[in-house]
Amino acid sequence: MHIPDGYLGPITYGSLWAAIMPIWFYASHQLKKTLKVTQIPLLALSAAFSFVIMMFNIPIPAGTTGHATGATLIAILIGPWAAVIAVSIALVIQAFIFGDGGITAIGANCFNIAFAEVLVGYAIFRLIAGPRSEAADTQGKRFLIGAAVGSYVGINLAALLTAVELGIQTLLHVGQDGRPLYSPFPLKLTIPVIMFEHIVLFGVVEAVVTVMVLIYLRKSHPDLLRRQS
Amino acid sequence: MKTPNSNYRKLWIGIGILILLAPLGLIIPELFKAGGAWGEWGADEIKDIAGYVPEGLKRIAELWSAPIPDYAFTGWDKGVKSYIAYIISGLVGVVIVVAVSYALGKLLKKRNNGRAQ
Repeated sequence: MHIPDGYLGPITYGSLWAAIMPIWFYASHQLKKTLKVTQIPLLALSAAFSFVIMMFNIPIPAGTTGHATGATLIAILIGPWAAVIAVSIALVIQAFIFGDGGITAIGANCFNIAFAEVLVGYAIFRLIAGPRSEAADTQGKRFLIGAAVGSYVGINLAALLTAVELGIQTLLHVGQDGRPLYSPFPLKLTIPVIMFEHIVLFGVVEAVVTVMVLIYLRKSHPDLLRRQS
Repeated sequence: MKTPNSNYRKLWIGIGILILLAPLGLIIPELFKAGGAWGEWGADEIKDIAGYVPEGLKRIAELWSAPIPDYAFTGWDKGVKSYIAYIISGLVGVVIVVAVSYALGKLLKKRNNGRAQ
């Protein structure tokens, strides 16, 4: 789901850079207001977790691979706007240092994974787990069900955005010879392929990782869950 | 009350364990004969799949050369060496990500304090 350089033409990557800038600005503004010094290690831990969990490629036998992102989990732990920043940091370092996701596509990848997935995953979690004041009940079933559904839908939304961004390239940019200039795969290919992978496997992996970490944390760090979520 | 650092120590150890286990993210796909992620192919692979390399794709793909492309080192791209390179890449990545997070966190904090006073 990390779009590499060259797959998106300037209209798409430019628009998504333009979209992510105010989101980053707003997220840092929110973070500035709410961040306590004691929470900085948690921000760093979250960014580190997101970075490293994305290294665990899961195969579709004889097919492609994908991975969890930790986006919804992190939003549950440190709040959605801090999560936007934490996941963005992981994605930016992946792009610059490891060529995992393009530089031109940083806006797109951060919009899909660090913004859309984080916020929608978190919103669905909240909807099911109950409002913040009641979410002190981290031991309840609704807490985990909310996390599972939120993270599953969140990663699938990011996948859908990725598929659409890739798929519209054949409509936006065609060379003089009639061949696509950027990603050559049409929407009717990108959407079914990418969505199938995420609906049947990577979404499930995301939900399992999210729930497993939360089950662990509510035993080992119940104070952390109560305070943050 | 426990200090945050002692509180988070276990979680940092968890990140360390994940880094050491990261090669599973290479080994398991190899066992299942799975390639990379769909739509994340390099120019060579695109040529095999689509029959040609789109002009604009080629141009933009060449803009940036990452220092550690694909979490691998030159000549260390197969077998045990690739797993070691993957672990080192994970470590390097986590160290940078953590440093950036701390720097940003402290910067935001400082600006906030400046405003509050």
